[in-house]
Amino acid sequence: MKDKLFKSFLFAAAGLVLLLAGGMFYSLVGGSVNAFRHFGLVDFITTADWNPRTGEERYGALSFISGTLFTALFALLLCIPFSLPVALFNGEYFKGKKIAVAASSIVDLLAGIPSIVYGLWGFYTLRPLIVSSGLNEQGFGILTASVVLAIMIIPYASSLSTEFISMVPNDLKEGAYSLGATNLEVIRRVSLPIAGSGIFAAYILALGRALGETMAVTMLIGNTNNIPTSLFDTGNTMASIIANQFGEADGLKLSSLIAIGLLLFLITAGINSIAKLVMRKILH
Amino acid sequence: MNNLTGEYLLELKKVCVSYTPGKNAVNNVSADILPNTITAIMGPSGCGKSTLLRAINRMHELYPNIVTTGEILLKGKDVLKMNPSEVRRMAGMVFQRPNPFPTMSIYDNVIAGYGLNGIRLKKSEKDEIVETSLRNVALWDEVKDSMTKKGSFLSGGQQQRLCIARALALKPELLLMDEPTSALDPISTNRIEELLLELKEQFTIVIVTHNTSQAARISNYSMFMYLGDLVEYDTTKQMFTKPKDKRTEDYLTGVFG
Repeated sequence: MKDKLFKSFLFAAAGLVLLLAGGMFYSLVGGSVNAFRHFGLVDFITTADWNPRTGEERYGALSFISGTLFTALFALLLCIPFSLPVALFNGEYFKGKKIAVAASSIVDLLAGIPSIVYGLWGFYTLRPLIVSSGLNEQGFGILTASVVLAIMIIPYASSLSTEFISMVPNDLKEGAYSLGATNLEVIRRVSLPIAGSGIFAAYILALGRALGETMAVTMLIGNTNNIPTSLFDTGNTMASIIANQFGEADGLKLSSLIAIGLLLFLITAGINSIAKLVMRKILH
Repeated sequence: MNNLTGEYLLELKKVCVSYTPGKNAVNNVSADILPNTITAIMGPSGCGKSTLLRAINRMHELYPNIVTTGEILLKGKDVLKMNPSEVRRMAGMVFQRPNPFPTMSIYDNVIAGYGLNGIRLKKSEKDEIVETSLRNVALWDEVKDSMTKKGSFLSGGQQQRLCIARALALKPELLLMDEPTSALDPISTNRIEELLLELKEQFTIVIVTHNTSQAARISNYSMFMYLGDLVEYDTTKQMFTKPKDKRTEDYLTGVFG
């Protein structure tokens, strides 16, 4: 009897979560219908206009989609040379040793720092550096946002990569060492190829994080509605345009913001499912 | 061991290995091994037989806190003073469980030792080494049409022969085998044993085995280890017919082990 009760409680709780997710998706779709109907789904995605003037209202998501992809992909590129060595340090060279435990807890600590704190650091420390280096007059833009994003996603990329690198069976590594291989060759030809698809999944997940990151990016990207064409351009991401404008939006503009939210939701959900699929394939 | 004569390929002089300070897992082992022979190391679990084997190609250095002392001479050169990579190329190792590299093809597995040492070879040289090594382990005819398939595509016995070929490809002086048939079925075991008898013509083999009848079948010389000590070392014939030590006799007759 008690068992049955507990079981139905579990079912109810799990069902509620599903219902919440479904409800969220439903309300996103419901909120964005207006914009999609007005501009057309394809046009909405492929236009870069963002004109809120009454009578000339025209909204498109292209600037923000490109801003999002630009910052996230560049952040991913920046994070690889830091997260991969960290993963090798923790998962291979110093696996199980105190120094690796310490290093990985510090890296994990980075993941716990609130986004706004990264934003502040970027605003008051990184931005002046970029200004004084003469790269950019104001210090805002894709580069600034990407650097901070890269730091934010390092823990995600490195901790999961560490897992996969340390999962490489010891007997395979011993096999390589017994043939006279050096540490570096074992990593290059045995550990990395075997852990490869897991590391790939780790970076896809990190990319998913970078795509949706809002606060720090909003503070640093410059918030201009254009397609960024260089690292020193300012821009907006899908998340930052919503964060910037949702408070004063209504009607078609609000619907367009919700539509951008829906697109962002679909992109990150897609990215995460790819990563999950790759990981499931490895683990089974 | 008084009937061992001639030039030794491997000389162990007072070899000790300890995992924790003050406690020897291998205790003062001295033994000389002739070329082109098979020497079996037997003994109950935990007697130090694998530990001794892994001291020869310095595998213990991959882990912290394991200390090897004494002298290990391979072709007269002190292994403990050589570059570990060089030692391991001279003394190939085959493990308990077949461990072909899963991301590499059969071909790449055989030639892996060269890549792992940063040695570049011409395609024709590679082809020749791969064919010779696979012929050496009687695997050539079975895999010559599926060279690009992954090593894990093979059966357990074939995988183990592939691993032997991988070790042989580097043309080692010595082949160290750590219970190479314990994960295999009787038919595969039989094939490997036949193979070792053929390989003896070209190589010198030291094999750790918990299977006394395997030792009797294939080895020329046998060592019996107990609690880290080398209790007895003699020709296999002598040891199996007239063991000198009571402990050897008890082990071989199944009193313990």
